[in-house]
Amino acid sequence: MWSFFHKLGSPPWLYSIAGTVLRYLLPLTVLALASGTVWGLLFTSPDFRQGNSYRIIYIHVPSAVVALAGYYVMAIAGAVSLIWRMKMADVAMKATAPIGAAFTFIALFTGAVWGKPTWGAWWVWDARITSMLVLLFLYLGVVALYEAYDNKEAAGKACAVLSLVGMVNIPIIYKSVDWWYSLHQPASIKFTGESTIDSSMMYPLLLMIVAFYALFTCCLLLNMRTEILRREARTQWVKKLAEGS
Amino acid sequence: MFFDSLQSALYMDGHGLYVWVAYLVTLLVIIVVIAVPVRQRKRLLLQLAVQGRRAAGPVLRREED
Amino acid sequence: MRFCLRLLLRQLALAVRRPIEIGQPLMFFAMVIALFPLGLGPDPGSLAGFAPGVLWVTALLANLLSADTVFRSDFDDGSLEQLLLSPQPLFLSVLAYIGAHWLTTGLLLALVSPVFALMLNLSPAVIGSLVMGLLLGTAVLSLLGCVGASLTVGLKRGGMLISLLILPLYIPVLIFGTAAVQASLDGISAVPYLAMLAAMLCLAIALAPLAVAAGLRISVDA
Repeated sequence: MWSFFHKLGSPPWLYSIAGTVLRYLLPLTVLALASGTVWGLLFTSPDFRQGNSYRIIYIHVPSAVVALAGYYVMAIAGAVSLIWRMKMADVAMKATAPIGAAFTFIALFTGAVWGKPTWGAWWVWDARITSMLVLLFLYLGVVALYEAYDNKEAAGKACAVLSLVGMVNIPIIYKSVDWWYSLHQPASIKFTGESTIDSSMMYPLLLMIVAFYALFTCCLLLNMRTEILRREARTQWVKKLAEGS
Repeated sequence: MFFDSLQSALYMDGHGLYVWVAYLVTLLVIIVVIAVPVRQRKRLLLQLAVQGRRAAGPVLRREED
Repeated sequence: MRFCLRLLLRQLALAVRRPIEIGQPLMFFAMVIALFPLGLGPDPGSLAGFAPGVLWVTALLANLLSADTVFRSDFDDGSLEQLLLSPQPLFLSVLAYIGAHWLTTGLLLALVSPVFALMLNLSPAVIGSLVMGLLLGTAVLSLLGCVGASLTVGLKRGGMLISLLILPLYIPVLIFGTAAVQASLDGISAVPYLAMLAAMLCLAIALAPLAVAAGLRISVDA
């Protein structure tokens, strides 16, 4: 058990194990994404109310789910690096921020494109959309703070503190935005939340959610590998690796 | 297969443009997110390899430059 | 505790010696408020509709811009480093800084806000809930703003960055602050919203100084 944690803190071990995991996970992810997309786009019947535009759900919901989970990954990695001074946790935190921002962007963009045929407007100040926008700002704030520091060790710590503050605030922000929306709910939107979803639509959605989680993991590992190399550029093992390549 | 022709799959009763744009942009973002770290890592390794060779190898043809 | 009080008094004395700097957030508040009728048109009815949001957003910005300077001068002359080395509990010292910031911005903003509320044609009956909301809300804003200030104090170009970091965290305060005014405009009791603001204040007082202390240590070490 303990030796596993010690290994987790060792850059060469993490670098090589991440490479091994990626070799299997990346093809699987591409396969799952491709089959889920084809299934959702071509083999499901359209929603009786929204027609074919609902097919965006197969990328919109998974990216939103993963974007939200990503913030917790980032904050927990930040906490680990602050408390136990684990450098690899710091690497993970730094690697998560741009990926999380990218997934949040996907969720927002697909939401806007979905909104046009469904609600008749590109952007609606709906509670969930607004919360996602705030999440994007939180991610971008972490990225901007990291870039602003010249001393990258301090940058990591500062971002860890910021992401922890953000994590405490996220539930408050979400609840307040929810609450704000129910107060201001405009009558023009007739989008009652469908609690029931047909199983023929459910299975491809579940597949896509799993695929997006896998994609997030792949991106995280790729980013971590790059970051590890950048930080360890002066060490012997990286030099040997570079000569071998 | 729900659609009976490629035409109808692209058109999707008028919603095709929205659906395909959403999927294409998502694909684009995913490609960027994957390609950027891969490229960075390759470039970094190359850079380090060149540096290593310069440090290790004998200084050749000094008089020419 | 006594040290904390003395620190608070020192910060206040420093602020009072430069009255123009105390006036800056208030001037900013007044000017931005004056911009809104120019942008939205002078119709009293529509101005009154926008007034709660306008007043709150402006107060938020004024607070944010002044938060940037809380630790700056003490960081530059090294007294912040002395404070971190001193045996005094950092939690309380940080709270003194934040308290001084609130007393010189949030409190004053809340006190002058009725004037601007009347200028924006807000009904006098709701001014009580506006002022109460601002009193509680700006305290939360000061606490959160100082978190941002502590993380960016060591950076040369922190001014814009702090807004990026902190504005998303201000959202709940904005929502409940405007809701309190709106509720009393609609003839409902504003107390639940004020209670929510008070709850946020309690949470922020308990947690924000910890983050500020951590942020200051990082900034001084960097």
